[in-house]
Amino acid sequence: MSAPLLVAQNIARSYEMNRGLWQKASTVQAVSDVTLSVDRNETLGIVGESGSGKSTTGRVLLGLEPPTAGTVSFDGRRLPFIGSAEWKTQRTRMQMIYQDPLGALDRRLTVSVQMREPLDIHRIGTPAEREARVSELLRAVGLSAEVGRRYPHELSGGQRQRVVLARALSTRPDLLVCDEPVSALDVSIQAQVVNLLSDLQAELGLAMVFISHDLRVVRQISHRIAVMYLGRIVEEGDADDLFARPVHPYTRALVSAAPIPGRKINGRIMLRGEPPNPAKRPSGCAFHPRCTDAIARCSVEMPSLVDLGGGRKAACHLAGAASQAMPPIARAAENSAPAPGLCEGIA
Amino acid sequence: MSLSEQTIARPLRIFGLPPIIALCLFWLFAVIFVAIFADLLAPSHYTTQDLTARFRPPAFMTGGRFDHLLGTDHLGRDILSRIIYALRTSILIATFGTLLGAVVGTTIGLLAGRFRGIFDVFAMMLTDMQTALPSLFIAIALLAFFGNNIPLFIVLVSLEGWERYARLARGLSLSEQSADYIRAVEAFGAGTGRVVFRHLLPNIAASLVVQATLNFPATILLETSLSFLGLGVQPPGTSLGLMLGEGRRYLLNAWWIAVLPGIVIFLTTLAMSLFGDWLRDHLDPTVDKDH
Repeated sequence: MSAPLLVAQNIARSYEMNRGLWQKASTVQAVSDVTLSVDRNETLGIVGESGSGKSTTGRVLLGLEPPTAGTVSFDGRRLPFIGSAEWKTQRTRMQMIYQDPLGALDRRLTVSVQMREPLDIHRIGTPAEREARVSELLRAVGLSAEVGRRYPHELSGGQRQRVVLARALSTRPDLLVCDEPVSALDVSIQAQVVNLLSDLQAELGLAMVFISHDLRVVRQISHRIAVMYLGRIVEEGDADDLFARPVHPYTRALVSAAPIPGRKINGRIMLRGEPPNPAKRPSGCAFHPRCTDAIARCSVEMPSLVDLGGGRKAACHLAGAASQAMPPIARAAENSAPAPGLCEGIA
Repeated sequence: MSLSEQTIARPLRIFGLPPIIALCLFWLFAVIFVAIFADLLAPSHYTTQDLTARFRPPAFMTGGRFDHLLGTDHLGRDILSRIIYALRTSILIATFGTLLGAVVGTTIGLLAGRFRGIFDVFAMMLTDMQTALPSLFIAIALLAFFGNNIPLFIVLVSLEGWERYARLARGLSLSEQSADYIRAVEAFGAGTGRVVFRHLLPNIAASLVVQATLNFPATILLETSLSFLGLGVQPPGTSLGLMLGEGRRYLLNAWWIAVLPGIVIFLTTLAMSLFGDWLRDHLDPTVDKDH
């Protein structure tokens, strides 16, 4: 068995945050101890709230930011130093799709000029071949060649995202990282773009990382899903399985929060407390102040990501077989008193 | 003719331009033409004196004669000829001064915004220094020290406002570089040259062009001030500023000596500003060009 195309080992990424002239700069841990792998023909979904570090993870996986700890290997080799010649060459093999397609396109250049740019940068083919490749790509994403002569602002949101996608595919990459690619689009267009992404992936055998906060979309496109909370993966598993029986309380809350037509709202798990703030990370399990099942241990000890078998991993002290059998309501009652000031203050 | 054609009239166009912009361009081209062909156009030389014809009013006023269309000054020199030659000097100094300031300021600002670090700190220190010291003051000091010549004068006039281009270019490049389209191009492995010249500069150029058109009048005014103080263009040479300065003393009884070059300055700077404003909109493909 060959190694997966992209492997991230215990990557972390922190930022220095200046707080005025006289205060010491504080470090914000955006991502810590994330281990992931993606193979060809596979889509890994990364879900999480804003501030969970999913976009940073995506940028580190692509080699656009260096990890502060850990390693990322692509095709069996560590990612080269950012800005090096090798790094530049590697850009042809890994590409990114952005959330706001209008922002990701230069408004002063026509679509075809921008789509040709990766080919121009890496001097792939003759000018005539590049032109041919541009119209071929436009066709592949379902746009007419005429679109190439227009400016980004003259296109609709869906068309723009198709252009961004076509541009990313121009150098025939092996890996595509999509950072909230459909969040800025209308719901009716979302499905089209998601379907296009899955079709292209199957056709080209791409490895894909799909970052989103929208569980329905992630479920539709992903083979495996990693759930992130405050910079850590809290649960990872096969897409359908993860949705069918979420183990981590956070995943359970997310799954129950995803709107499903026809389902009543009162059966949902309501998350209390503030959304995660990476600058103020709670002790122990970062999720414990909002967790319905938290026990005393949760506020003290950080749970590690444990393999539960069947490709499922979860980072929760209660993620044993026993906790799974228990319905969440029953366990909420036996909640042992959490450390004072950690849970109550937020409710 | 259908109803829609009647109600939505096409705006008037002269060579595809709005009339006011066409007018501005006409004036600017005329100014440049006059500046270049001053020797052929001027009825007499700008130093030719005729003390018997002092303070002659322009031809359209009572007492005016057609041999001095715009009148004469206190030495009987032909105002029209002097304005024509003064235009050459002033336009030369202001244009090259503005261009030099814009190029130097933009380059410094772009480098600071692009490479950050120690260069950024140094560049910003330099612009702060420039802001703190009035350019007129520096110009006076340097002119007194090095004497007067046109190349030095252009360099000094370019001091007026270069730090504004630097600040503007730095700030704009910082904000544009965090935009996805720049990040995307960088993620394709584009080098600094491509990022800066193909994406960054065209996207911030509009603001810099507007800054240049705003700065052009200020450059002319600096030239005016220095010439007025006797540190700029030296008599018998002439410039619009020098003419203003000389005419100031006779404003009450021979207003045309100062006012006519003043009108030329006013029209030129106005035309430049309006044209710059239109250019900014035109450079932006997201603005509807019909409005």
